Amino acid sequence: MSISAAEVERVAFLARLHLTAAEKEDYARQLGAVLSYADRLRELDLSAVEPTAHATPLFNVLREDAPGESMERELALANAPERADGFFAVPRIV
Amino acid sequence: MAYGDRYEMVCGIETHAEMATKTKIFCACSTEFGAAENTHVCPVCLGLPGTLPVLNREAVNLAIKAGLALNCEIASTSKFDRKNYYYPDLPKNYQTSQYDLPIAKNGWLEITTDAGGKRVGITRAHMEEDAGKLVHSGETITTSSAGSSVDYNRAGVPLLEIVSEPDLRSPEEALAYLTSLVRILDYAGVSDCKLEQGSVRFDVNLSLRPKGRAELGTRTEMKNLNSLSAVRRCLEYEAERQAGVLDGGGQIIQETRTWDEGREMTLSLRSKEEAHDYRYFPEPDLMPLRISPAWVESMRRALPELPEARRERLIGLGLSAYDAGVIIADKDLALYFDEALKTCPDVKTLANWLTSELYGLLNARGESLAACQIRPAALAALVNLIKQGAISGKMGKTVLEMMADTGRDPEDIVRAEKMTQISDAAELSALVDEVLANNPKSADDYRGGKEQALGFLVGQVMRLTRGQANPALVNRILKEKL
Amino acid sequence: MDMRLSECSVAELGRLLRERELSAAELTEYYLERIERLDPAVRAYISVLADDARSRARGADATLSEGAGGPLTGVPAALKDNICLAGAVTTCASRTLADFRPPYSATAAEKLLRAGAVVLGKLNMDEFAMGSSTEYSAFFPTHNPWDLARVPGGSSGGAAAAVAVGMAPYAIGSDTGGSIRQPASFCGVVGMKPTYGAVSRYGLVAFASSLDQIGPLTRTVADNALVLAAIAGHDPKDSTSAPNEPGDYSAGLAEGARGLKIGLPKEFFRAGLASGVEKAVRDSARRLESLGAEIGECSLPHMDYAIAAYYLIAPAECSSNLARYDGVRYGLRAPAADMIDMFQASRSAGFGPEVKRRVMLGTYALSAGYYDAYYLQAQKLRTLIRQDYERVFAAYDVILSPTAPTAAYRFGEMSDPLSMYMGDIYTIPVNLAGLPAISLPVGLTDGMPVGVQFIGRHFEEALLYRAAFALEQSVAFTARPALTEVD
Repeated sequence: MSISAAEVERVAFLARLHLTAAEKEDYARQLGAVLSYADRLRELDLSAVEPTAHATPLFNVLREDAPGESMERELALANAPERADGFFAVPRIV
Repeated sequence: MAYGDRYEMVCGIETHAEMATKTKIFCACSTEFGAAENTHVCPVCLGLPGTLPVLNREAVNLAIKAGLALNCEIASTSKFDRKNYYYPDLPKNYQTSQYDLPIAKNGWLEITTDAGGKRVGITRAHMEEDAGKLVHSGETITTSSAGSSVDYNRAGVPLLEIVSEPDLRSPEEALAYLTSLVRILDYAGVSDCKLEQGSVRFDVNLSLRPKGRAELGTRTEMKNLNSLSAVRRCLEYEAERQAGVLDGGGQIIQETRTWDEGREMTLSLRSKEEAHDYRYFPEPDLMPLRISPAWVESMRRALPELPEARRERLIGLGLSAYDAGVIIADKDLALYFDEALKTCPDVKTLANWLTSELYGLLNARGESLAACQIRPAALAALVNLIKQGAISGKMGKTVLEMMADTGRDPEDIVRAEKMTQISDAAELSALVDEVLANNPKSADDYRGGKEQALGFLVGQVMRLTRGQANPALVNRILKEKL
Repeated sequence: MDMRLSECSVAELGRLLRERELSAAELTEYYLERIERLDPAVRAYISVLADDARSRARGADATLSEGAGGPLTGVPAALKDNICLAGAVTTCASRTLADFRPPYSATAAEKLLRAGAVVLGKLNMDEFAMGSSTEYSAFFPTHNPWDLARVPGGSSGGAAAAVAVGMAPYAIGSDTGGSIRQPASFCGVVGMKPTYGAVSRYGLVAFASSLDQIGPLTRTVADNALVLAAIAGHDPKDSTSAPNEPGDYSAGLAEGARGLKIGLPKEFFRAGLASGVEKAVRDSARRLESLGAEIGECSLPHMDYAIAAYYLIAPAECSSNLARYDGVRYGLRAPAADMIDMFQASRSAGFGPEVKRRVMLGTYALSAGYYDAYYLQAQKLRTLIRQDYERVFAAYDVILSPTAPTAAYRFGEMSDPLSMYMGDIYTIPVNLAGLPAISLPVGLTDGMPVGVQFIGRHFEEALLYRAAFALEQSVAFTARPALTEVD
């Protein structure tokens, strides 16, 4: 099984990835292979099974509403590729 | 309304209210408004690699309170999910929100419009984190040709999203719903609802259908409206726009539009952004919530009296529906009134002095009740002095002015200014005799049937007492003697 | 100075330091010198923090000379490069984070520093821990010190190689589907993947949040217990961190295998398992039996579905966890005309092929119309796998299994993703169930080391250490990579 070029395009955009023509071909094939392997999950009737999202069961893990230290702005911006005064700078939106 | 005679409006509203916690929903950064950009941030709310969220207990408590105040069922099991989409104000490029197990659902609230009373359904209320703020160099996002700047102070501020059923049929109903909703959240202490600070935002969706038709038309959504008037104007504009399209035999395109405040119109915001597929899945970094009946009950007990209950109580105390409405419309006013009520038995007079005299005075001075020097007990004392006849209503207004200026108690002022009223019949009777002796003609005029002569004579007595005589008593004595 | 220091265990080094027969400064120089000499061939380190290490060593010596300090004070260590260390570049072996300096340390790193550890540097890995060979490091592959033409395994390949060849007494790695145990097996060292929640994930750059776990790689089982005790424990910064405090992992070591009920899952001895590895597991079982353990066959019926479930769940979580690398707040930014172009250009330039592959796979698995068919189905299967183990652990104390189907393979041998994924068949189900598991070396096959794996109940690491210690003492695996003998 191989997934369609259109599907690869759609998924690549959702994931905000630019793919080369070669990458698109590879992923169409490789994703197809993994997904058809994953189809074995459909062999099982799991309608009565509860999904597991967490490996260990914990509930109500909460913190109190007590203010703590924020960062120095310089530190917050230290890793920013581009900044404008106290802000993170980004290109135009549209 | 032009569209109104052919079409029926169907409108639902998503309200995003900032919850009144001290810290953000998943980290200990302050939620305080107005700090310098990017100073209320930490590795967690900036989404730095390897950092993890920890849920703020108070955010859950407030969400439960809101659910109860809106007559919702509180979920016994609730969880967070990731809503995946890319936007530069979203530090992790996913928003931690709640998808299929919201903390509250199936509620309602009452509204009243000229069309009458009505119940508006609340589909659900869920917790989520706010995004940061984009500052555009241009007028709007669409005209911002140069770059934008991001401030993440607001990223991670806890929001409660309240989704209404599409039960609203007119801008008036929408407004009544939002007014009532905001008031309930304010009273419940869930949100301080500072609309001017953007602490409550609205997404409205609207469709039209020919009158009498059951099935719904295609809807459009207008996001991020931040005032009630913007919602009203947006709905009116969009309804007319859709009516225009439909009248011309056109089709409504299901889309997200933006309300352009400056141009007073909605604009299509079609772009690559439109291809949304949020890919919700359970947030693996947060454990689920189990909300016991005991937890819910403790929140119910902690709920203060809500607007409608308060209205009923005030009416029960003998206030007119109108006065009760005026008082509960403003939480501060309502709390002030209750405080004053503790030491003032006369509910009606107190309400009158609060809503007309004190409010008139504050409006004239452009002051707020919170900042006002007159505390509830002092206003109560003033009303009591008037009721006991110690001072006249006219004097009362003067005293009120002085109280507002100085913050002194009414008793002190009355004493210091010798503003006590003469209600001693013997003393007044002597003065009346004197006035009648000096004004025989007016006395005769009255006896001859000239009613207004009495007013003149009363005025003379008042003049002799520099206004301190009890006018009602003077009147009676005069009539007796004539 | 004793030129066999690289053969000393962490415990021995600690004793030498506390008894001042050796200074932390000397020991640090010794390891820095070994790294300088051996790493050009092995390439285990992405960054060596020499100055930082020297100043920490001086601090440790000060503490020790006052008679203070614990078992790890002054002992050098190294961290996989997805574990944040404040101020030190933390790359995850990715171009996107090539210059990223976290302003905070991972809780596990914090605990080590407080215990007096001297961090030598940050270790190579598959980019964002996605891979089984360290070939997917964006910078360079790490070589297996037993045979430089072979991979060290992955994703903690740098960690396993560094410990194997004595470029660090111990290392801290991370394991999402076998990333500590498989390289430990390939390089002949001991690797523990603790119970999910036993060690805080705060500051571990996330790959798949519900599966990731930090753990130690050491040369001996006793060292491993010692190091795990230092990094485990509840952390209020990690909501998934277990509330219970860690037990004493070392106390029961010497109790031996007598009376242990050990299960061998029949599903694990099938086609695909190299004969040399199967032999190693069967020999280990026999040894344990001779030591008084009860060995029996058990069944984990849903194992055939584990890889399918894992390769939907892990990529799905990774596609979301890696969305933040967009060039706005940190990381690589590619020049672009507008926002969306910037996101796409930066991510495409910042991520390597395996990361892109998994981001694509996970995005697909979560996208509209496929969630129920793939992601939800996988999460349900996760329940069945957990239940499989619960059933086995009702009858057995621990499970003995291969760590990996083969010994270390040659570079380029695993070009096809799916066959590479199949190599995780014995390790992945453990992560899906959140169980603890340890891999230890038990012999060589064709000159390459082979490891076996013990799997235990949640939070029963102590029992795993006891079983592993018993086997280790019996096997007495003393072989070392040829490279080690340089000094």
